[in-house]
Amino acid sequence: MVSLEKVAPQNVSDRSKIEIKNLNFYYGETKALKNISMVLPERSVTAFIGPSGCGKSTLLRVLNRIYELYPKQRADGEVLVDGKNILDRDQDLNLLRTKVGMVFQKPTPFPMSIYENIAFGVRLYEQVSKSEMDERVEAALRRAALWNEVKDKLHSGGTSLSGGQQQRLCIARTVAVKPEIILLDEPASALDPLSTAKIEELIDELRAEYTIVIVTHNMQQAARVSRQTAFMYLGELVEFDETAKIFTSPREKRTQDYVTGRFG
Amino acid sequence: MASTHTLSAFDEELQYLTRRISEMGGLAEQMCGDAVRALVNSDTNLAQKVISDDVILDNGEREIQDKAITTIARRQPVAADLREIVGTLRIAADLERVGDLGKNTAKRVIAVQGTGVPRKLARGIEHLSDLALVQLKEVLDVYVGRSAEKAEAIRLRDEEIDAMYTSLFRELLTYMMEDPRNITTCTHLLFCAKNIERIGDHATNIAETIYYMTTGAQPEGERPKDDTSNTVGAAS
Repeated sequence: MVSLEKVAPQNVSDRSKIEIKNLNFYYGETKALKNISMVLPERSVTAFIGPSGCGKSTLLRVLNRIYELYPKQRADGEVLVDGKNILDRDQDLNLLRTKVGMVFQKPTPFPMSIYENIAFGVRLYEQVSKSEMDERVEAALRRAALWNEVKDKLHSGGTSLSGGQQQRLCIARTVAVKPEIILLDEPASALDPLSTAKIEELIDELRAEYTIVIVTHNMQQAARVSRQTAFMYLGELVEFDETAKIFTSPREKRTQDYVTGRFG
Repeated sequence: MASTHTLSAFDEELQYLTRRISEMGGLAEQMCGDAVRALVNSDTNLAQKVISDDVILDNGEREIQDKAITTIARRQPVAADLREIVGTLRIAADLERVGDLGKNTAKRVIAVQGTGVPRKLARGIEHLSDLALVQLKEVLDVYVGRSAEKAEAIRLRDEEIDAMYTSLFRELLTYMMEDPRNITTCTHLLFCAKNIERIGDHATNIAETIYYMTTGAQPEGERPKDDTSNTVGAAS
């Protein structure tokens, strides 16, 4: 039985965007997520923290069902996005992934021009005119705070950018298809502090429009960017509360030990 | 702290802060005791020593502050660790003020030296100081043991000191009314009494800080206030 306290962070009364109910996840025989239940509010940043192997990335990967690219991985339980269970068999995966965008740890620009990196995704889902596409590309690049740095070289390769720029390009690509939820899996762990700050600033701006879920090993980063934080350990959700609470006076001893660096 | 940090240097820094607070506390306690002893015995040498000891306490606060700031910058403490360090800063400031109050009392020893302190008033001041110093000593013990319940108990006991202070206030007023030649001495003694009463307030502050450090919550309810000297008029 999940205690009610864990399900939703206290004092956050907004409309919920994602409701996870009794979620279990298996890698073959191994149970990687154990009966997770939580409610993520809309237009807000939620961070998942926990030691390696705690299930935080797995949980993130369930939210757009990207795990289905791999054999022998399965989830049971419910993940309701706007009230609809995305784990249902009849869920259109392409549609889901338009709605739930993802940015990975290592920047993954396509081996094509900066412009095409963004246009490519848009074209998959929509038919837009050339001028409309130009607007979409510019809007996405502006949204990702990259426009000023690349506007004069839109047709040079995406891979020619620096790591931090590449990561912002990936965010721009995600934003271009107008998702509602953005999943960030360690988006800044391969970046220098300045690029990290830019990404964090970007997250802060994006949260006004998107529901953002970020997995991070960097606890200070979780403390800086998120409004609520979930601490996970060994596939369980140990504590889920407002970030301010988690980093000042967490309820659970395991959370306290982890955030203060007393683990293991 | 029950368990230790993976990074042991962090533990050492926290232990250093705890040790320094205890040292400061011990010295502040001793200074205040000495100041009152100097006052009732008209011992100007002892008073002088209290005045010069204050420098050590001031330095203690500064060193704790430097170390705490460095630790925050380097370790980015959160949760109980953060509360611990912020609490340490506040307690160091309280103890530094306690030292100042002791010093201020000691300075008045020299002022009342010629006239001497009437036996009855001296006993009143001593009694007030005993109460305040017990509070201070116990709160420092609670700091070492980190018990929220004991901290709360100390906090609620401050009213005894306040009540004692009010009664001393009346007594001094009576002396002054009886004979205007007492006014100089009694005014100095009034300040001394107020200084000592303030020590109790700082002990209460420290108790509240310990409560917060331990639980992460502010102690509930208003702290007791029994210093009713503001209502005492010359006619009463």
